[in-house]
Amino acid sequence: MFDIDLWREIFQSINKNRTRSILSGFTIAFAILLFTILFGIANGLENTFIELFGTDAKNSIVIFPGRTTKAHKGLQSGRRIRFKNEDYNYILEEFGDNVEYITSKVNRNVEASFKGEKNSYQVRAVHPEHMYIENNVVEKGRYINNRDLQNRTKVAVIGNAIKEDLFIREEAVGKYINLNGIPYKVVGVFSDDEGDNEENVIYTPITTAQRVYGNNDYVDFIHLTYNPKLNYDQAIAFGNSLTRKLKNKFDVANDDQRAIRVRNFAEGTRNVSQMMFVLNLIVLFVGSGTLIAGIMGISNIMVFIVKERTKEIGVRKALGASPRSIVSIILLESILITSLAGYVGLLIGATVLKIFGPGLKDYFITNPGVNSGVVIGATIILIISGALAGYLPANKASKIKPIVALRDE
Amino acid sequence: MLKISDLHKSYAIGDTSLHVLKGIDLSVEEGEMVAIMGSSGSGKSTLLNIIGMLDVADSGEYILDGLPIDNLTEKKAAVYRNKFLGFIFQSFNLINYKNALENVALPLYYQGLKRKKRQELGMFHLGKVGLTDWAHHLPKELSGGQKQRVAIARALAANPKLLLADEPTGALDTKTSYEIMEFIQQLNDEGKTILMVTHEEDIANMCKRIVRLRDGVIMEDKKVTQVRASQYV
Repeated sequence: MFDIDLWREIFQSINKNRTRSILSGFTIAFAILLFTILFGIANGLENTFIELFGTDAKNSIVIFPGRTTKAHKGLQSGRRIRFKNEDYNYILEEFGDNVEYITSKVNRNVEASFKGEKNSYQVRAVHPEHMYIENNVVEKGRYINNRDLQNRTKVAVIGNAIKEDLFIREEAVGKYINLNGIPYKVVGVFSDDEGDNEENVIYTPITTAQRVYGNNDYVDFIHLTYNPKLNYDQAIAFGNSLTRKLKNKFDVANDDQRAIRVRNFAEGTRNVSQMMFVLNLIVLFVGSGTLIAGIMGISNIMVFIVKERTKEIGVRKALGASPRSIVSIILLESILITSLAGYVGLLIGATVLKIFGPGLKDYFITNPGVNSGVVIGATIILIISGALAGYLPANKASKIKPIVALRDE
Repeated sequence: MLKISDLHKSYAIGDTSLHVLKGIDLSVEEGEMVAIMGSSGSGKSTLLNIIGMLDVADSGEYILDGLPIDNLTEKKAAVYRNKFLGFIFQSFNLINYKNALENVALPLYYQGLKRKKRQELGMFHLGKVGLTDWAHHLPKELSGGQKQRVAIARALAANPKLLLADEPTGALDTKTSYEIMEFIQQLNDEGKTILMVTHEEDIANMCKRIVRLRDGVIMEDKKVTQVRASQYV
């Protein structure tokens, strides 16, 4: 219910005590300002970490084969470990529940040419699920699919950067690109928000690469993402047991670090998210501490205002003001001062972040800022704070007896 | 209009209690103008407060315009005060940051009237007390007499059945007092029922009936010939 007369009353009363209202709002404005800046900086730190990781899935596990460095079960050290298709299947069989997406990879450098244009690029032969692991976005056409795998078709999905370099202004999808002398049909163009590096890549079906590069079923390495339902500890345990089982399968000593290497992103992610958690906790602690101080300040001033206005409230009651109307005047005045002051703080904070934000890149802070969620949250918190600050004084005001208030001193 | 029987009221002061009203019987007809007199401590203000529903009696009966006033919640008391009663105080009790018109219109706000209607009625009542030109002045810019006239306009704004005045001339000089009394007499001539507490003999004589209180009982209750204030102005 919007009662314009009630608001008129409140504005009149705030206006009458302008200096005092501004002063009492100052603490709140400062609290929100502090909170906004701290929060923005914490956000900036988080952004930096996210940027470091790229947009690749943060639940990645990459498994590389290498050479043994220890003799084990009668086998010499220096033996080369090679993954094959059966290892891909083995992982799926053993750990299917823990795997979200999985792809085998064969990487080669190739000379690619289209008409007169020529350049060298990396070919990554993959499974279709690779798209989700790498967070590729198909701009045009399609990605590698299962039919490609079965038929070992010579198709290629090229990055945006390649399309621009080789095809210049021509449509790429449907054309044939020459990779080391073999023509591949371009079926799709993708983009990757990690930039040119990741877009100077050509994807082909893994099965095609295996036939073209030696007619075998070798796999250079396996990249998978673990089930996002796993927490960090479970994910790390999964990575460890994956390593153990594979080492066992290849007759590698358990303490042989080079033969099979498993890079589990969960370990890094866990550390970062733990750090962010602690950082956010500190921000929240400092911010809410200041806010509470602000609420106390407003409450204090409102108690004083009520005391000063005792006589006026008595008169109002004698003239027929209900206790409720008195409560709403005090409460709304408190909420209004709190919210206005809070928004001033938020505005200043956001402006400061906007002006100084870009200069903080050197200090490990990227794009500090507050999003609309924070603004909405702050609004709710401010209204609640205002209500809290006004509750006691309003209650006091409603209990004023007109006969006491009107007694002539 | 107003009927009070066997009204008692006492206040606790420390361990003892002070019996302020010891069985008051009073009835006031419509159109009367009654002065309640008595020395300080006689209970006259307490009686007025109870009649004004600002205070509650310990026992006894109070009927206002056929309506028993009993066991009122604060909310209900507020509604009754707003509808039935107009207050005039010794120290005017205007709201200092509201101008004359806003002060007069305040009871109408609590009646839930629209702003435009409030302004209209407020101006009308300000006109009645002769302060149309002062409508947009703050109380501090008005003289004592003007302030009391604004207060009277405010008391009249809600068109109450009963006007209660607590020493309405207590803070004014003699000349201004008579002006205010002349005005109150006019209201009474127009049919308003008026109850006022005063301890000034000359002011009391300008009413039509004097009730004298001493030590919480009515000592004397007599009709008097009204002295018109206009002859002194």
